This record gives sequence, structure tokens and C-alpha cells, in this order.
Amino acid sequence: MSPNVLTVYRWELRKLRSLKRTYMGFAIAISIPLIFVIALALQSGQPEGILFGRYVRQSGFAIPLVVLIFGSVWLFPLVTSLVAGDIFASEDHNGTLKTILTRSLDRGQIFAGKVLAAASYAAFALVLMGVVAIVAGGIESGFNSLTTLSGTKVGPAKALGLVAASLGVYLLPMLSIAAIGLLLSTITRNSAAAVVGALMIALVLQIGSVIPGLEEIRPYLLPRQFDAWQGLLREPTDWAPIVRAAWVCAAYAVPCLAAAYLVFLRRDVAGG
Amino acid sequence: MTNEAPPVEAEGLVKRYGEIVAVDHVDLMVEPGDVYGYLGPNGAGKTTSLRMLLGLIRPTEGAARLFGRDPLLAGARALEGVAGFVEAPQFYPYLSGRKNLELLAAYDGDSAACRIDGALDTVELADRARDKVGGYSHGMRQRLGIAAALLRDPRLLLLDEPTTGLDPPGMRDMRTLIGQLSDRGVTVLLSSHQLAEVEEMCNRVGIIRSGEIVYEGALADLKRTAGGGYRLRSTDPPRAVRVCEAQDGITQVRLDGHEVRFSAAGDDAVAALSVALVEAGVAITALAPTGATLEELFFRLTEGEESNGAGAKPSVPAEAA
Repeated sequence: MSPNVLTVYRWELRKLRSLKRTYMGFAIAISIPLIFVIALALQSGQPEGILFGRYVRQSGFAIPLVVLIFGSVWLFPLVTSLVAGDIFASEDHNGTLKTILTRSLDRGQIFAGKVLAAASYAAFALVLMGVVAIVAGGIESGFNSLTTLSGTKVGPAKALGLVAASLGVYLLPMLSIAAIGLLLSTITRNSAAAVVGALMIALVLQIGSVIPGLEEIRPYLLPRQFDAWQGLLREPTDWAPIVRAAWVCAAYAVPCLAAAYLVFLRRDVAGG
Repeated sequence: MTNEAPPVEAEGLVKRYGEIVAVDHVDLMVEPGDVYGYLGPNGAGKTTSLRMLLGLIRPTEGAARLFGRDPLLAGARALEGVAGFVEAPQFYPYLSGRKNLELLAAYDGDSAACRIDGALDTVELADRARDKVGGYSHGMRQRLGIAAALLRDPRLLLLDEPTTGLDPPGMRDMRTLIGQLSDRGVTVLLSSHQLAEVEEMCNRVGIIRSGEIVYEGALADLKRTAGGGYRLRSTDPPRAVRVCEAQDGITQVRLDGHEVRFSAAGDDAVAALSVALVEAGVAITALAPTGATLEELFFRLTEGEESNGAGAKPSVPAEAA
């Protein structure tokens, strides 16, 4: 059987399973909803001034949504860049790029396999958070009907579907951050620089979205796309932010990936 | 071996890093069945040449072809039937030796995975295969590098200083292994800075110095041109140098620490020199022929020109075998 992109993808996932940083990201993704739910269990009251904050005691389905809101500042950008920023740079660090580039795979195939693995990691971490938040939230507050942003109530089955769809929309900006991390990983060839760099870019864009005077461009800044899923929680569904998130995120991700691809394809593998 | 393009063919390979010319118009031709020694001191450009052959770095000028395929144009297909490593072979330290080979076999495809056990046995790593590579010694990694190359069932092996860093038994085993592979019909191109190693294993050599090929051809021919070298210890080295320089049949005299090194046209010239030294009041404490070291070969290849500058050009053109 000839090796292909899937071969690389499968082995990238296996390698991720052997790395501590993988579990660090997962631990962050699991611990945040758990800490939140434990805090709810130990204290009375509820988070104020945050969407769905006042519903967390009514329905466990509100909990993943609250985590999504405050996780957008640095939590999910960090989890995403932890692997995306490392996935090429670690080959430089270990000197293994020359080892894998002298087999029967083209550089493009190695690149594609790694990109898929980084994206899968981000998706898996997000789903993990979602599952832990729903289960822990459900145990604490019950798998009850969820109040939408329009004030209507939806039953548990539909609430579950909406949460799942929200995670899907939330993944879009995460993938854009992954693309930024991948680009930095190929350019800097240094894991720490790429991870911190991607996180810094996410934070700088975050600041850009609160600075007065930038109202015109604000809807097109990456951090704003982390709110797009809220369109699903309105009745009727507000598709506008979701559609915008799709193309805005693509506008960030595609050039980053294209640049990373060209850098990876043409670079001299002189280290190691 | 079919009637096909040569295993290695490099034409005018140049690699520049800004002002620095790492490899300067290198031509190489390795024929099927050769064990080709690519010789040069550290920093001469051997590794950079090998990286270009394997498609890891892009030549600034020129082209490299393996079995007629340019790795820059044909990508991984150019490496069909080719295996090897540049500098120390590197693996994922957090995976076991076997897992690393499984990964590489998957990247090779076809039946590479079936060869893992055999390759581990060949390099005698079977009992440590389940340990993480992070805990391997340099020698074990070197052997794992060979095992990784064997997975590809290569017709051409490119090995960059395969014995560097190995202990004497390890070096011997590595040489034996390379000899066995050659006996099986594998063409080998190995770089080295040790002449003895190349003498033992290789039938042809290319010598690179400051990025340039100064000799390419049969090793035996090179040694014939090199002549006999001698080293002399005496009570008065500076005076000994003057006596040597004045003596007929004695050439290439130079002072190396407390030793005088020279080449002699024959035994008679050496005998006459010893008498002349004593007559000049220089007592001989040791006078012995030396095997031509790589440095001496370089010295001879660049004779007649200032050869102490890093970028010095040899005056003797590359000789064809």
C-alpha cells in the first residue's frame, strides 16, 4: 500500500497521544467546566453579566455555553495553539524532519497530514470540553429545557443539538488560530515562539475588538467570530453572524495555510 | 541492476548561504556497485552535498539525480530505492525504537513493515527495540539509523559519517555491515573524514575541500600520486628542516610541531638524508614512514599554492580515474 496523507494523519495522532502537551491541552479543556460546576455546587448565586449566566442553575446545557463565552479570550486559543504551534517546530527541535522527508512521502502530504492532525486536536479538545460541561452541568443543574437568547424555551433534545451546533460554529475561529499557529510553527521552527506568538496574535485581535473607533472593522476581527454561535440560540436563528464567521475565518486561515505550505515546501532542511 | 541511469549523478552543485559558498560546483558520479567514499575535513561541504542529493535542501545551482531522478522535480519518487541519513540519524525520542521504525515503514509503504524485525536483528537492537529512543546512546541511534535505511530495501545507501561517535567495536560492526550490504549489491555513498575508514571500505573516492572537489577517482590512483611520506624527530628541528630542503629527492618539507614531515623519492634519498643530518650535527631520535593521512593528501593536492587560507583553491585540477 502506498503511503498517503491519511498515513501521516494517523501517525501524527499517534505521536500526539505520546506527548505530554496533548494532555495538558485536554486537562485545560476538561478542568475549566469542572471547576465551574464545582464552584456552582459549593456556592449559591450565579455568574452575572454574562450571557446564559443566569440560566446555569436552570439547565446544565447553559454551562458549556458559558464556558464558550469566557473561553474565547485565551482558553481555546491557548489549547489550539499548544499543538498547532508545535506540530512543525517539534520536528525541527527533534531533527526528525530530515528523517521523515527522506521516505516515500512528498512534503505536501506530510504538510496536509499535520494540518489535519492539528485541526482534529482543536476539535477534539472542544468536544471534550462540551461533553464534560454537559455531563457535569446536567448532574448539577439537570438536563432541563434551555432558555434561548430570545427568551423562548427549548426542550432538552433540541438544547443538546443547539449546544453541539454551537461547538461546531465555535470551531471555525479555533481553526483560524490553528492556521496562524501552523504558519508560525513553520516559520519560527520554534515551538515556544509559535505557541506564544499565536496566542499573542489572538489576544491583540481581542484588544482590537474592544478599542473604540474600530467599530467598522470589529465584525471582521477574529475574536468576534467566537460569538457567532450565539446566532443559533435565537429564535428564529440568526444566520448572519454564522455566515460571516465562516468567510472571515476562512479569510484568516486560508492565506496562513497557503503561506505555511509554501514555506514548508521550499524550505531547506539543514538542521538536525 | 538494469541498464539505467547511475545511482548518483551530481552536476555543478552549488550551495551558497549569502556570501558563504558551502558547496562549489561539485560533480559526482557513483556507478552501480560502487562503495564510494566522499572524503573531506569537517565543514568541507560533505553534509550539504548529501542534503542536496536527498532533496532536503535546494541547490543554488546545478542538479542532483538519483537513478536519473532529480529529487527537487520528482519529490519522493526520486528516493525510490534510496535510503540513508545525513549527520546523526534522528528519531522521535518519546517513541520506542520499534515505534519509530513502524512510523517510517508506514511512510515507506509497500512491504517495509515486514522488514522491521529483520532490520532490528541486523543492527542488533532487537532487545532494546521497546525502549524509548530518548534513552538510546549515540551508537544505538546510529544503528537504528541503519535499520531505518534497511526498511526501504535500498539499492543505494547514502550515509553521512556512519561511524562517527561510535566506539571501536561499533565502528568495526558498522564497517562489516556496510561491507555485507555492498556484497549484496547495494551501492553505497558514504561520507567520512577518516582516510583509514575509506581505504578499508571504498573503491572510489571524491575528495572535497572548502566546498570544492579536489579529486575524484579510484583511491589506488590517488595513493600512487601521493608518494611516500616520512616523519622525522630530531634534536634540532629547524636545522633539520634546512637540511631536508637542501637534500635531493626530498620534497614537501614542513615542520609539524616538533616533527619534520617530508616526502622522499625513495629509500636511497632517505638514507642519504639521515647521513646528511648527522653530518650537520642533527641527531635523529626517530625517522619513520607515515601512511598518507588525509591532511597530507590535501597538502599534496593543493601543492604549489597558499593552502592555509580557508578559501584556497587547489592548483591541481580534479583527476579523472
